[in-house]
Amino acid sequence: MQADLLQAALYAVVLVALAVPLGLYMARVYTGDVTFLAPVEKTLLGAAGGGGEQSWCTYAVSLLLFNAAGFALLLAILMFQNVLPLNPQGFDGLSWHLAFNTAVSFVTNTNWQSYGGETTMSNLSQMVGLTTQNFLSAATGMALAAAVARGFAGRQVRTVGNFWTDMTRSVLYILLPLSLVLAVVFAALGMPQTLAGSVDATTLEGAKQTIAIGPVASQLAIKQLGTNGGGFFNVNSAHPFENPLAITNYLSMLAILVIPVAFCFTYGRMIGDRRQGLALFAAMGVLLVAGFAALYAAEHAGNPLHAAFVEPVTGNMEGKEQRFGLIGSVLWAATTTAASNGSVNAMHDSLTPLAGMVAMLNMQLGEIVYGGVGVGLTGMLLFVIITVFLAGLMVGRTPEYLGKKIEAKEVKLAALTLLIMPIGVLVLGGLAIAVGTAQSSVQDAGPHGLSELIYAYTSATGNNGSAFAGFNANTPWHNTFLGLAMLLGRFGYMLPILAIAGSLGTKMPAPPTAGTFPTHGTVFVVLLVATILIVGALTFLPALALGPIAEQVSMLAGTTF
Amino acid sequence: MSKHAPNEIGLFAPEILKPAIVESFRKLDPRGLARNPVIFATALVSVLATFLVIQEGIRGGPAFWVGFQIAVWLWFTVLFANFAEAVAEGRGKARADAFRATKSTARAKFLADPARRDQFTLREVDLLQPGDIILVEVGDTIPTDGEVIEGVASVNESAITGESAPVIRESGGDHSSVTGGTTLASDWLVVKVTARPGETFLDKMISLVEGAKRQKTPNEIALNILLASLTLVFLFVVVTLPFFAAWSGTTIPTIYLIALFVTLIPTTIGGLLSAIGIAGMDRLVKANVIAKSGRAVEAAGDIDVLLLDKTGTITFGNRMADAFEPAPGVTEQELAEAAWLASLADDTPEGKSIVDLAARKFGLAEDGRATSGTFVPFTAQTRMSGVDLPDGTAIRKGAGDAMRKMAGVPLDAQVEGVIKRIASAGGTPLVVASGTRIMGVVYLKDIVKPNIRERFAELRRMGIRTVMITGDNPLTAAAIAAEAGVDDFLAEATPERKLELIRKEQTSGRLVAMCGDGSNDAPALAQADVGVAMNSGTPAAKEAGNLIDLDSDPTKLIEIVLVGKQLLISRGALTTFSIANDVAKYFAILPALFVAAYPGLAALDIMGLGTAQSAILSAIIFNALVIIALIPIALKGVAYKPSSASALLSRNLAIYGVGGLIVPFVGIKLIDLIVDLLHLV
Repeated sequence: MQADLLQAALYAVVLVALAVPLGLYMARVYTGDVTFLAPVEKTLLGAAGGGGEQSWCTYAVSLLLFNAAGFALLLAILMFQNVLPLNPQGFDGLSWHLAFNTAVSFVTNTNWQSYGGETTMSNLSQMVGLTTQNFLSAATGMALAAAVARGFAGRQVRTVGNFWTDMTRSVLYILLPLSLVLAVVFAALGMPQTLAGSVDATTLEGAKQTIAIGPVASQLAIKQLGTNGGGFFNVNSAHPFENPLAITNYLSMLAILVIPVAFCFTYGRMIGDRRQGLALFAAMGVLLVAGFAALYAAEHAGNPLHAAFVEPVTGNMEGKEQRFGLIGSVLWAATTTAASNGSVNAMHDSLTPLAGMVAMLNMQLGEIVYGGVGVGLTGMLLFVIITVFLAGLMVGRTPEYLGKKIEAKEVKLAALTLLIMPIGVLVLGGLAIAVGTAQSSVQDAGPHGLSELIYAYTSATGNNGSAFAGFNANTPWHNTFLGLAMLLGRFGYMLPILAIAGSLGTKMPAPPTAGTFPTHGTVFVVLLVATILIVGALTFLPALALGPIAEQVSMLAGTTF
Repeated sequence: MSKHAPNEIGLFAPEILKPAIVESFRKLDPRGLARNPVIFATALVSVLATFLVIQEGIRGGPAFWVGFQIAVWLWFTVLFANFAEAVAEGRGKARADAFRATKSTARAKFLADPARRDQFTLREVDLLQPGDIILVEVGDTIPTDGEVIEGVASVNESAITGESAPVIRESGGDHSSVTGGTTLASDWLVVKVTARPGETFLDKMISLVEGAKRQKTPNEIALNILLASLTLVFLFVVVTLPFFAAWSGTTIPTIYLIALFVTLIPTTIGGLLSAIGIAGMDRLVKANVIAKSGRAVEAAGDIDVLLLDKTGTITFGNRMADAFEPAPGVTEQELAEAAWLASLADDTPEGKSIVDLAARKFGLAEDGRATSGTFVPFTAQTRMSGVDLPDGTAIRKGAGDAMRKMAGVPLDAQVEGVIKRIASAGGTPLVVASGTRIMGVVYLKDIVKPNIRERFAELRRMGIRTVMITGDNPLTAAAIAAEAGVDDFLAEATPERKLELIRKEQTSGRLVAMCGDGSNDAPALAQADVGVAMNSGTPAAKEAGNLIDLDSDPTKLIEIVLVGKQLLISRGALTTFSIANDVAKYFAILPALFVAAYPGLAALDIMGLGTAQSAILSAIIFNALVIIALIPIALKGVAYKPSSASALLSRNLAIYGVGGLIVPFVGIKLIDLIVDLLHLV
């Protein structure tokens, strides 16, 4: 156990050590101070029609149009991959609902996969379709964060930057260089990187086995860095070609969180107040560590029913890869659900009930425990606004954030986003039960089956993309509604926070005084975490009580499902 | 200051509570309820619950009795919220009735020709229009608001301000405005009516304290939106729960779902929100300040910069003797005695202060010498005053140049030095001469009010910067500013410079408050975020300001800021408390709902409540009673000691946040014990 915790601590230290300089570098990227690829940038932007300053509204329209175009293109590639090139295995085009679900999934940075990659997708679909969106959906989130930071920092300005410029810079200066380095490292560490579809192997018994391969390393790098999570293979990072070694496991986990963590520091730098970024970093950190601790405790305790015939020190190893062990799997589960990444290296379906619940809670908070690239930060800012408003009145002033008054307009927009997770998870989940599609898709009965359902809709709405497995999502109903949940969970947060940023940008910040509500420091961090837990998590307590909590208490009583 | 009766309304005065109970039922009118989303939602589900219970009763179902009790407590929740609002309004009404009693029903003396005061006709007050000219004579109640166009009179404004000492009102200048409902204590006035019937100051005050015209303030609107959203979130939680329960092979009676819904939505703050607002306004009225809008009260809490007039706010209105500086060859006592003699019959504040100082320092007391002399009053020609003693000695005091002229010779160099020193320190040098002999100089200075320094330090801790506004030269201003402990000052202030200063502060994002009374203050009053006009001021000033101080006390600005802050703090504290309560309610109700499906979930019942039914009933009873329990806090405002935001946050978070987490655990457990004891379920 000590060695486990030491590993986790080492992970945290390296993560922060990488994130701080990266965050500060990213701030320079978004303020236009990084120019080493200026000619490429200019050419691209020229093609896109220039990079003048945009209002939040124009920015939002650009963002939506770009995403809509990306969606249409991906949808077409997926549905017609059978007639398009680079299809060595001769896969069929996807059904309309699977194509819709997958296109939405990759455009929204969710990477929920209702399919098994190696048996469904052509190389063209993987590389041109999915990997492209891995970059672009990540860049969209990052651009949003940059625009929001500008709005929050603005002093009576009507603009929040230029979407095309932010997109170009996100890809050129951040995602591409990092992915390039990581892909080469991954390939060197043994991941396949080839355009061939598969290799044939002759087994010891002389049977012929077809082993799927392809451009794995390049897709893996951006899959982790862009909090995408969509794997090349169905079993995702549990597959030996996606995650061959302990060191690739470690690097992957760093890649999952490094950009989301870095954004706290980017934000601090961009708004010109380091402490504000630090407060967000701390609040997210508290939630991540608490989630990890709970997950680890539950998994380490394991299943008491097995205690009689499993050596207790190993904890719950069901569904885990021996080469990663308990800590390598638990830490991964904590980071991938916290970061809206969604790649898995162990089967979450096999987690102990409470550990599964922590994974769900991480997502149900709205993917703000560092969260997706860019959107984790902006989601957290929505909670900051709610917190500031709820508690800020207690200091006897109209609530302010960064010196700007939080008024009815901002509260209305932020409060709207509180409805997203309940609608996506509770309403759509309840609807699936009501019409019976939930019952026919789950693998297990009772509370575990409910957990599978809740997990699926949570993962989609939170734009996480990880699956509890055991849930057959590839049906017209679930493909459609999970797709809608993903759209809601993506743009339902993006547009309000962008509108808030636009509104705050026009305000004149009041200089801080002794009477100003402090939005940094320990008290605020505690307050923010408490608000997130009470407003965000309590919503799901009834559903969780009937799912994982019921399963846990039943397990302790000797009943399994 | 003497306050009149309505200022002291007991928190539990039966004359307020009894009508409030009736009013709670009258407020069940859906049109009124719809203004408050949380309570409206509660009322809607109460109707549903009632319907279900009646159905159960007709069917003779076993769940009738517990359902009946839940329904009753649901209605109590709504009624308690109505009651809170009704009590707050009732207190306002009581105050309004007191004001209404002072409204004149006598007829006004209408003058067709302002020049002919003897020829008036009596006219109904309701018929007076702006621009009409009326006469008011000693003993009359001034029928409506107006501006004095002729005459000087003392007016007793105690009906409005509670201050019994009459004030002088005269035409021209900054004290020309009279208020309907006040009475003339002497002389007569010719007044031009400035208010339409029913729109006089008194009318506005009445409707204001009654809450009839109460508009929701910006923060209140925003908070309502958030509370409505939370209500919607919990609606989703509760409406979808039957499906998840069905999955788990259990059904939850609808009445329990309703109970869960009502305990989760923020009924506590929802029920108290409007009472807090009304009570905040009431506290302001109690401080004898009338807000033209609730917005102004909230803005007062947000103030960053206070502009305070030096005279009357920071210093006493008049300069006072502070020291005797004798000329060479004169003792201090001789000078004091001469100054004392010259001032004994002088009833100006300066003269009185000289007498005081001499008496304090040398124990000089009236010995007949002064009364036997002849007092020589100050005139604009001589610019000095004094006394001619029976022995022929002429004692005079006056400004340096006047005395130089009288003496006909240059003053002693040392005396000149003293004069210069006093002037440069911001004081007024008053030279005293006995005959032709210059005795020395009396140092008159602005006396900073006691405790004002501490007040400013307190404001500084709250993050509010104070700026002193004075017409003095920068040197004088700096000296007084340093002594009073203000953060900054504006010397040689003109209305234009004042306006400029406000604009400058505002462009850097600060909110500015000021007070003023003169017509030339009007632009600045209008520009300031919080402009407090003195009731004694001109109509223009009163029109421009968004608050009016009936006591015409510039120091009131500080109190107004505190009232504004307390209003916001009360709202925030009770919101925090309300939301923190949800944790305990979940732990009470969820195990009760699910224990049938999964007996192991009884582990969540950390309070160890009697039965599932008693748990649900206890939670709903607690939810209703907590509204009643918090009414006193809503009305009085939370205890507030001026301090920094961090200190306030930590303190209120500990009390209302942590308290909000813990109190319901204890409360629900206690109620559960009683429910069990009485075998209610």
